[in-house]
Amino acid sequence: MEVNIILAIIVTSAATYLSRFLGVVTSEKIKETSKIFRWFNCLAYSTLAALIARVIIFPEGNLLEIDYSIRFIVVFVSLLIFYLTKKNLVYPTVFSVILLSILSSLD
Amino acid sequence: MVNIKYFLQGFNSIKRLDSPALALGFCFIAIGALLKNLGFSIQESIFSTLLTYALPGSLVMAESLLVGASLLNIFLAVWLVNARLYPMTVSLMPLLLDKSQPKWKYYVSCHFIAVSAWLIMKSNYQSVEKKHRIDFWIGIGTATWSVAILGTAIGFFAADFLNKDIMIGLAVVNPVYFLCMMVGAMKTIQISLSVIFGIILGPLFFFISPEWSILFGGFIAGTIAFLVGEARGS
Repeated sequence: MEVNIILAIIVTSAATYLSRFLGVVTSEKIKETSKIFRWFNCLAYSTLAALIARVIIFPEGNLLEIDYSIRFIVVFVSLLIFYLTKKNLVYPTVFSVILLSILSSLD
Repeated sequence: MVNIKYFLQGFNSIKRLDSPALALGFCFIAIGALLKNLGFSIQESIFSTLLTYALPGSLVMAESLLVGASLLNIFLAVWLVNARLYPMTVSLMPLLLDKSQPKWKYYVSCHFIAVSAWLIMKSNYQSVEKKHRIDFWIGIGTATWSVAILGTAIGFFAADFLNKDIMIGLAVVNPVYFLCMMVGAMKTIQISLSVIFGIILGPLFFFISPEWSILFGGFIAGTIAFLVGEARGS
């Protein structure tokens, strides 16, 4: 490995903390009742949703080996279970792993 | 310094049956195993989660190391994928800011901003008086951070026993869990539209620029959702 691991970790943490730090600096001037706060709230949810959708549709690493139709079925059924169980988070999470193993073994 | 009562209240919020501790732990088990396979020592693996504590950033670092990227490239790639932490911080900290609290608490505890702790705080902050929210937040952050560090250590030591099927299973837990959590948070027009547009535009922008897709897609999705929500009186 060409790059020193410790340096890579420090660079990674600095790049990550930068956004958090700038966020606190900006927050000092923003009131929770302001329009700009509501806008940032929308941006936070939308970027998170964009990230999660990207991980499912264009994954990197292990998920890439699972056919996209299986990924869609697993996510869709898990969401259905989430609603059927009155928004319980444990059932869809556990079920997603079971369904993924069943479907990928059939594939 | 930190009010123990509110700290513990926050810390214990991850003990609930439907807390994100399970999904978070699974994800970091996968990270621990990945880092070991990359040649990290146990100290380096724990150091990584301790200092970064944002899963996509750690994944990007691992991938960059694999392809022999330079430090500058690692910095830019991680910054791009973790820039979403900026709007997340701006949409959380004003809810916690109180003049009676010292500023260092905010600058230190912003390190805990990651999707799991953020979503727990967003759905619970109203139950805590504003003055004590920062201590409650530090409790939540410490708890999720500890789970991440523990998960990394377990993953590191269990790496030899984790075959490909288990790793794939661990990889699906993360998006499914957070997608359900996001969908569960869709309680206003603005948030609902932000989530729906983000889900559509994030992958769409991937065709234009994979690196910038989250930021561009998220920015446009969130701005449209905000404007529509404002026009409809939210």
